[in-house]
Amino acid sequence: MSTMALAATMILTVSCKDGNKEEAAAPMSNEMHQESMDDKDDMAMSDNQDAKAEAILNDYFNLKDALVSDDNGKAKELGNTLAKSLKAFDVSNYSDNEQTELKDIIEDATEHAEHIGESDIKHQREHFKTLSKDVTDMVAITGTDKKLYEQFCPMYNNNEGGAWLSMNEEIRNPYFGSQMLKCGKVQREIN
Amino acid sequence: MKVLKIIAWIALIAFVVIQLFPMDYNKSEAVPQTDFMLVNIVPATVEKSLQVSCYDCHSNNTKYPWYNKVQPVAWFLEDHIKEGKEELNFNEWANYSNRRKNSKLRSIIKQIENGEMPLDSYTLIHRDAIFSKEEKEAVLNYMKTLKDDLE
Repeated sequence: MSTMALAATMILTVSCKDGNKEEAAAPMSNEMHQESMDDKDDMAMSDNQDAKAEAILNDYFNLKDALVSDDNGKAKELGNTLAKSLKAFDVSNYSDNEQTELKDIIEDATEHAEHIGESDIKHQREHFKTLSKDVTDMVAITGTDKKLYEQFCPMYNNNEGGAWLSMNEEIRNPYFGSQMLKCGKVQREIN
Repeated sequence: MKVLKIIAWIALIAFVVIQLFPMDYNKSEAVPQTDFMLVNIVPATVEKSLQVSCYDCHSNNTKYPWYNKVQPVAWFLEDHIKEGKEELNFNEWANYSNRRKNSKLRSIIKQIENGEMPLDSYTLIHRDAIFSKEEKEAVLNYMKTLKDDLE
């Protein structure tokens, strides 16, 4: 009995530590970014660039999950978080053409994320559709370490259809949530 | 009774004083080359609908009735116009990328369809800004063709 309690405590401690680590990770990556700017180390810079793009992706996936679980309030919060990450994205290390494209994508995505931060769930899902296109186009430029699945539900918005990105192959539909959780299919794999 | 009189005087003085604050009018004589009407071939009826129902808050030129020059109405209006132009400025249409145009058109269509635009607080006074059924249909159809052309 006592060993089980001990094991449970250990697991809790470990997971708590993990939680702390994740929290601490954000400001640290900022510092790293500063250092690499001073170093003018191209490799480090591109790594950092990826870190920023990854932050956007993470926020996007959290937002997607909130929509999957029909959580309007959570999605509002995460929409605003995503808007912040988007605004923090620094495009300066990309080529001129890529910069123009990325700025355009980010401006558009930020507007959608901000609207998600203040809308009811029906509106949130409408904005999420265009946002998903923006994020997909962003990833096409920035790349990612993650394996992603582009998924598609043909029934969304009176059979107009809607696509989204996911880290899991299994379908969890952000446009219908519990109403039609598994509607959709993988239409493309990224990486 | 005396208290009421004092309050009335204070209110009156405050009302007069706020009239003295400078107002930032949304006025522009020139229509830039990037205007929605100049870069698209817009049917006359649709153009009129947009001018009457949208351009006051979604362009650089507002047609102010006299009462909209009186504070605090003017402040309330200034906020709306600022926000409206941030979301969508028809005068700047050609400056939007295709991606942005697509998003703007999506919003225009959705909000007109749902009756969110023009705003109730606007049509309350501007009765002529309310879309008739035909006007609404014509505007929506035109916006949808523009959006389809982008895709």
